[in-house]
Order: sequence, then C-alpha cells, then structure tokens
Amino acid sequence: MTTTMTRPDLSTLAGDLAADLDGTFTAYVNATADGIFSGSLRMLGDRRDAEDVMQETYSRAYAALRGYSGERIRNLKVRGWTWTIAANLCRNRLRSRARKPTAPLGTLEVAATDAGTEDAALSEIGAILQSALLDLPFPQRAAVVLRHVLDLTYDDIAAALDRPVGTVKADVHRGLARLRRAYPEETIR
Amino acid sequence: MTDRLITDLRKLMTSAPQLAINAAIAVSAIADGYVTRPSPLGPLFVAFNERGVSAVDLADSPADFEQRFNDLYGRVALPVDRLSAQIERHLDTAIATGKPGKLPLDFSGLTEFSAAVLRKTAEIPGGQVRPYGWVAREIGKPGAVRAVGSALARNPVPVVVPCHRVVRSDGHLGNYSLGDPDNKRLLLEIEGLDLVEYQSLSERGIRFTGSDTTSIFCHPTCHHARRTSPGHTIEFRSERSARSAGFRPCKVCRPAVMAA
Repeated sequence: MTTTMTRPDLSTLAGDLAADLDGTFTAYVNATADGIFSGSLRMLGDRRDAEDVMQETYSRAYAALRGYSGERIRNLKVRGWTWTIAANLCRNRLRSRARKPTAPLGTLEVAATDAGTEDAALSEIGAILQSALLDLPFPQRAAVVLRHVLDLTYDDIAAALDRPVGTVKADVHRGLARLRRAYPEETIR
Repeated sequence: MTDRLITDLRKLMTSAPQLAINAAIAVSAIADGYVTRPSPLGPLFVAFNERGVSAVDLADSPADFEQRFNDLYGRVALPVDRLSAQIERHLDTAIATGKPGKLPLDFSGLTEFSAAVLRKTAEIPGGQVRPYGWVAREIGKPGAVRAVGSALARNPVPVVVPCHRVVRSDGHLGNYSLGDPDNKRLLLEIEGLDLVEYQSLSERGIRFTGSDTTSIFCHPTCHHARRTSPGHTIEFRSERSARSAGFRPCKVCRPAVMAA
C-alpha cells in the first residue's frame, strides 16, 4: 500500500507537516524511514533493535509534532530533527544493554543469526565495516554513520548528537582512521 | 581523491522492512497496525493503535479486512509484525479466555454508553450468559435494553469483549455480529456451556435457579447455581417469586438489585 509511493521532496516536508500533520505523516515516514532504519542498524548491529528504535522514533516524533506550533514545524530541518530522537534512543539502548549483563549475550546471538540471513546482501567488506563500526566508541560511531552512511550535513549531525560541529568533525576523522585499520592488508593503498 | 572507505560506507545504507515502516505509520492518528491470530472461528484480524486494540474481526482476506476497517473507522489498517509490549503480553490470553484482562482496548470512538456496556459485558465469566436486561440494569439504565443490543451489535472487539455471553431472556441466543450468526453458539459451547439444558430452562420460562439450603437465587449459568445439586435446586420464573419464597439474590451474578 505504501511501497510504491514516490519519495517526497524533503525540502517541502516541513511545510507540509505544518499544514497537515496527519495527511503528511505517511509521506514523512516513507521519506525518512530507510535512513532511520539503516543508521540505527549500523549503530546497534541488530535488526530487531533497529526496528524497535525506528518505531519508537516515529511514535515520539508524532507526539512531539502534535504539540508544536505550525511555525515551529515549518522551521524544522526534518531529517536532522528526526535523528535527534533516534540517536538518543540508540544511545539509551546501548546503555541499557551494558547495564543488563545478560542482555548482550542474547542480543549478540540474534545479531549473529540476523547478519547471516539479512546481511547476506552485505558484501564481505560491508560485514567487516559493520563489525568495525561496533568497535568504535558511540560518539565516533554515530558521527561516522550519520555523515558517511546517511550523508547528513555536519550542522545536522551536531544538532542530532547535541555536540559542537568541531567535535563532530573530529569524531568523524578519528572514526574513519580506525575503520581504515580494519581493512584487510591488501586493500590498503 | 576517491576514497574506497567512503564509498563502502555509503553502501551500508539499506531499506527499512515494509512491515516495520507500516508499524511506524501506525503510531499516527491516520492508521492502525494489524496482525492475525488463530481462533476457533478461524484467523482473527486484530487491529490496534497507541491507545490499545481497536478492532477484532473475521474476514475472507487481508484486503477484505482492510476495506471494512477503513469503512467503519475512517483509518487505514496496515499489516505489521510487531505489537506493543502490553498488547503482546495479554492478547493471546484475552482471545483464549474471552476476557480482556489487562489488554488495553481503544474505546475512544465509542459513546460513554457503549463503552459502559462493553466494560460490563467484559465482566461476564466464560461459560456463562446474562440477559441484555441485566447489562442495562447493571450500568444504571434499566430501560435501555434495546440500546444495549445495538451497542453489542457494534462491539468493535468481539471475542475479547465477550458479547457472545449476552443473550435474550427467552432462551434465544440473539444476534451475533462476528461472521456466521451460529458463531455465538459455537463460542459458548467451546466454553463449556450446556446450551441444551440452558435453553430448555429458558423455554419453560425459568429465569433463575436457587438452592433450598442457602435461600440464594442466581442466573442459571452462574458458577454458584451450577454447584447446587439437582435435588436442592428450586426454579423461579421471576425475581418476585424468588423473593416471596424468601430467597435473596446472589452477590456474584447479581440477578436482581441487592436493595434491602
């Protein structure tokens, strides 16, 4: 029912949401869901967790948008704003995993089986990168994913992660440097 | 300079699963998510939103269900593969027992009267029946018997709110809105109600039964009435005849107002 919808122009999305939240919400989800899902998946390494984060993100986004004035919605940079919610949820999920010592075992098992089936689409190098991303500290991982998987601007990323632009740039730089070390020897130029 | 790492990172972009996208859209006011669950009547379509379960229905196909849901509620129903934790935890028990328990239900589109009818109906235990007039009296609208019937006919969540347990006082089962009208009988029989016995009582005009050892009268299908051994069972055609025989109403099935 929603698969064949054309991806709407992100630049008019804020105005459309301000004018008619319910009428535009489906288009908003369709326009941003692949990014929210991919980004969460790369930050968390677990498909089910990424789906959970995605649904919770839109639930919070909808509740927030209902409370915002039309003017506030019109001025939103929709993609970056949605990521302020999603990045927070990803960070919280990792923290609660760390707090519950039994959870990571189960999650890792699920992640491993999922990676086997779903990410068969992932190339060999993709799988290496995914696992190297999970070894990065969260701020670097999130910054690299938002910048280079999702192609967000540094301003959007800084807003989404609530950190200064300079810090985000440094995190991306350090993160990329560590990822390069994960490449197999023969591919290093 | 082209950078292999940057190119490879871009390729980590993927598509969100359609069912997960549906679930994300279903958080809004324009759409509900739905799943199917097995039941003795066939696969049940169960729709829900942020407030709770909004519809339970039988349909020939997903497209049929989606169409009817849209016609009735003005929202879109989208298939999903996930439920909120609260619904997940309680849905299967609610279907199996015919009792909502802690399952959240969305009554937001109903009048206060209809919601009261459904909440009262949800109290009727499995395997037991109560007349439409009992529901009306219990919610403080003793004259609204027909309106109770209409409210139950539009029950958005049959099975989990067991409208099949509300019947006519003359022993006819009355209407049922979920699929085949005979489904009402089927559900009651599965719950262990002896319909032949119940209907033979009703057809003879018997509305209540009592125990001569306790002097308490009940609806015939009340758990307490059914514990009375046949030799001690007294049959009554009306509340008045029971009271004049010195019987008082059961406090559990409340066949009449408790008043002194």
